[in-house]
Amino acid sequence: MIDELAEKEKKERKPVEKEPKNEPRSDSRKIEVAHHEPDASVKKVKMKAEGVCAWFGTKQALFDVNIDINEKAVTAIIGPSGCGKSTLIRCFNRMHETVPGSRFAGDIFLEENSIFDPRMDPVAVRRRVGMVFQKPTPFPTLSIYDNVAVGLRLNGTRDKKTLDEVVEKSLRKAALWEEVKDSLQKAGAALSGGQQQRLCIARSLAVELEVLLMDEPCSALDPISTSKVEELIHELRQNYTIIIVTHNMQQAARVSQKTAFMLNGKLIEYDSTEKVFTNPANKLTEDYITGRFG
Amino acid sequence: MQISFDEELGGLKEKILLMGSKVEEAIRLAMKSLVDRDTKLSRQIIRDDRDINDLEIEVDETCHRLLALHQPMASDMRFITSAMKINSDLERIGDMAVNIAERAITLNELPPLKPLIDIPRMASIAQEMVKVALDSLVNRDPVAAKKVCERDDEVDNLNDQIIRELLSYMIEDRAAITRALNLIFISRYLERIADHATNVAEDVVYMVQGKDIRHRRG
Repeated sequence: MIDELAEKEKKERKPVEKEPKNEPRSDSRKIEVAHHEPDASVKKVKMKAEGVCAWFGTKQALFDVNIDINEKAVTAIIGPSGCGKSTLIRCFNRMHETVPGSRFAGDIFLEENSIFDPRMDPVAVRRRVGMVFQKPTPFPTLSIYDNVAVGLRLNGTRDKKTLDEVVEKSLRKAALWEEVKDSLQKAGAALSGGQQQRLCIARSLAVELEVLLMDEPCSALDPISTSKVEELIHELRQNYTIIIVTHNMQQAARVSQKTAFMLNGKLIEYDSTEKVFTNPANKLTEDYITGRFG
Repeated sequence: MQISFDEELGGLKEKILLMGSKVEEAIRLAMKSLVDRDTKLSRQIIRDDRDINDLEIEVDETCHRLLALHQPMASDMRFITSAMKINSDLERIGDMAVNIAERAITLNELPPLKPLIDIPRMASIAQEMVKVALDSLVNRDPVAAKKVCERDDEVDNLNDQIIRELLSYMIEDRAAITRALNLIFISRYLERIADHATNVAEDVVYMVQGKDIRHRRG
């Protein structure tokens, strides 16, 4: 159902896009497969940051960051506290600009379109590029059901049957359905931390999500809940593009296909996860992941 | 935390080097016991191999502990996984020295077949290869390590030559068969030592550069 909605939405969006996507993509796919990963599941570029700089007041947080994010893959961003990882992903769905005094330069593309194009509605961008935070953020007073349905309701969906279907499907995709199907009317805040985090993921999935940004999604969770969320990330990457910021390098190594290392607002190294964790090219990356600083 | 990890890595390296020096000594003494026809020395080498075996277990235990407790990455990970492989190659070299010593005991009971020339030459190349491989580990020197791999062919050729020569002794004189066969085995053990030294050198290249040069991939 949700896929149909997404399909329909894509069709409706199509006239806005200027060029057909197919030819240039199949090209870039060839290049990707040849040079980066032995595994042929490597995708076209879903999001692209070009010369991204960001400021909080006078303090510059990001310096000329250029990065391509592969579609239907997990990209991990690692680096010490304050290196700009979170700021970078908050630029990816235009949340950076909601901070008072913030500034932004450069450009970010979602497929071919700049997300800063005046015709792009930031709210629409955030539907397609959703975010999950460090602390689970369910609406505490809403029921589990309403937490998931809220996005659709805001978009004007009223049909009970449609809502039921989307809620079930989203909760199933977020690997939460079996645990909550008999208590959908309970408050979201009554769930455990790990369940709340998966509820937030379900909420993002209920709208026409394409890219999921995860900012330290497991740092407030115990190991069992963490492994459930990681398992979920693994499943979601069949259908979604995921960018995860994490302090846990083992987690980055486990869940991602590509890893970016950032330091002091700059992108230092970006390569396949295997390469970064076995034989990084940059000395700074080496020092960070072997725990010699940071 | 980091300090104790670095100390443990240093300790691991020292253990590997200690094992390396014991192994080098074992080859040297095994050859000496053959050339000097010194059976007492041969027996000592067989006894001393226990130390090398004990070290093998210690090194593996250290590696397992470091992997489990520190989840090392990048160069640390490469060092530890290489250490485990080098460890088993060194232990095998120790076994080869024991095998040589055992053959020497048999040969020392019999009159000499011929003056030994090529076998000691082969032994000194193999020993040199082990030594340079271990030096390249100490100095993290991939260039020296690659040179070790190149010398392997030299040893292989000597081995072929020795086998041909001893074969002709056996064809001429059936009474020479036992001695010639034992010498062929010794030649074969030395050839295996050179192979293990090559493995060690290849692991050093991987450890330092993260590049896998095995099976002519370099």
